[in-house]
Amino acid sequence: MDPHAPLTGGSRALRVGIGGPVGSGKTALVAALCRALGAQLRLAVVTNDIYTTEDADFLLRNGVLPAERIRAVETGCCPHTAIRDDISANLDAVEDLESSLGPLDLVLLESGGDNLTATFSKGLIDQQIFVVDVSGGDKVPRKGGPGVTTADLLVINKTDLAPLVGADLSVMDRDARARRGDLPTVFLSLAEDRGATPVADWIRGLVAARAAG
Amino acid sequence: MSLATLLLLADGRLPSGGHAHSAGLEAQVTAGRVRSVADLDGFLRGKLATGGLVSAAFAAAACADATRWADLDAGLDARTPSPALRRASRAQGRALLRAGRAMWPVAGVGREPHQPVALGALAAAAGLSPGQAAVAAAHGAITGPASAAVRLLGLDPYRVHALLARLAPECDRIAEVAASRSGDAVDRLPASGAPLLDIGAEYHATWEVRLFAS
Ligand SMILES: Nc1nc2c(ncn2[C@@H]2O[C@H](COP(=O)(O)OP(=O)(O)O)[C@@H](O)[C@H]2O)c(=O)[nH]1
Ligand SMILES: [Mg+2]
Repeated sequence: MDPHAPLTGGSRALRVGIGGPVGSGKTALVAALCRALGAQLRLAVVTNDIYTTEDADFLLRNGVLPAERIRAVETGCCPHTAIRDDISANLDAVEDLESSLGPLDLVLLESGGDNLTATFSKGLIDQQIFVVDVSGGDKVPRKGGPGVTTADLLVINKTDLAPLVGADLSVMDRDARARRGDLPTVFLSLAEDRGATPVADWIRGLVAARAAG
Repeated sequence: MSLATLLLLADGRLPSGGHAHSAGLEAQVTAGRVRSVADLDGFLRGKLATGGLVSAAFAAAACADATRWADLDAGLDARTPSPALRRASRAQGRALLRAGRAMWPVAGVGREPHQPVALGALAAAAGLSPGQAAVAAAHGAITGPASAAVRLLGLDPYRVHALLARLAPECDRIAEVAASRSGDAVDRLPASGAPLLDIGAEYHATWEVRLFAS
C-alpha cells in the first residue's frame, strides 16, 4: 500500500481550519467546540503554536480533550506557510491522529495566528473559519483581506467587549455582509457562550451533510 | 536528466516540510554563537563539511542503487547520535516523499526514511543522476539554515544570498566528492559529525517555546 496515498475519499474526517489574528480567540473556540461536540463526534485537534505545548496544555487543563487527541505542529517562524504553502507537517499530523485513533469525524486545525491575509490550503482543510474579535475596533471587517473575505465562516468574537472599546456591532455586520456576499458570519462571546453554539451548529450541519454523502 | 527537474527538487518552495527546520541553527543562535553574516559563514562552511557531505553522499548512493535504501537508512541512524535529529531527519524524509510522490512515482522506500535517502530515491524516480542528487543535498544543507537565519536574526537577505553565492563552488566540490564515493560500502561512506549541533538539538527539543522544529 502506498503510505502516502492522498488523504481523500469518503470515510476520512471533515477537516476544519481555524485561522485569525493572535489573541482573537481561536484556542478558546477550539476548547468550546471540543466541549460542545466531544461527546457526539470522534474528534481531534492539530495546533500550530510557537508554544510547543501551550495550546495543548490549555485544552488538557480545561479537560476538553485527552492528550492523545491533540498534535502540535511546529512552523519555523511562518505560521501561514504551514497552513498554506507547505502543508506537509499538518498533513502528517492528521495522518498520525487517524492512524493512532482510528476513524475520526472531525479534525480541527488551529493556525498559529497571523494576519488578515492568512488562509488555509484546500489541500489541507475542507472548510475554514476565520476568527476576529471586536477589541481592535469595528473596522476589521471593512479592511477585508482573504481571511475575512473568503472564509467559509467568519466569527466575530468577544462581543462582550464591544461596549468597552466602543465597537459598533451593526457596522461590523454591515461591512462583513458587504465583503462576504452570501457567506455566513456569526457574532460570538466565548466568555458567555462556553459551547460556541452558532459555530458548533454550523459544524454539525457540515458533518451531517458529509455523512449524507 | 533534466536540469529544470533538478531545480524543482532543490527549490526551497518545494512543499517538503523544510521551512520548519533550522538545521540546528536556532539552538546556536540562542546560545549566542551565531549573530552575524560572518558567523553564519562559519556555520554554513561547517555544515557543508560535515552534515552536508554525509547527506550528499547518502543521497547520491540512494539515487544510484535502490537495493541499498535500507542499509543506507541504517547507516544514517548510526551517523546521527541525537535522537531529536534522527526524528527531524525522518520527519523531513516523510514530508519530502509526500511532495515527491505527487510529482514522480517512487515505491519501496518506506514511510519515513531519513531525508537523504528520500532525496536520493526521489532523484532516481525523477530521472536525475547521483551527482545531481548530491548537489541537491549539499545545496539544501546550506540554503535551509540560511533561510532560517534570515528569519531568526533578521539578517540582510541580500548579504545572506551573497554568502550562498560565495559558497556555491564549495557546495559543488563537496557534492563531487560525495558522488565519487556513492558506490562505497555504507560503513565507508562519509561520517563527519558536529557534536555541538547534536548537543544543541537535544537541548532545543526540550524548549517550551521554539520557532523551528529542529
Ligand atoms: N472577554 C473575552 N475574552 C475572550 C473571548 N474569547 C477569548 N477570550 C480571551 O482572549 C484571550 C486570547 O484567546 P485565545 O483563544 O488564546 O486566542 P488565540 O491566540 O486566537 O488562540 C484569552 O485570554 C481568552 O480567554 C471572549 O469572547 N470574550
Ligand atoms: Mg491559540
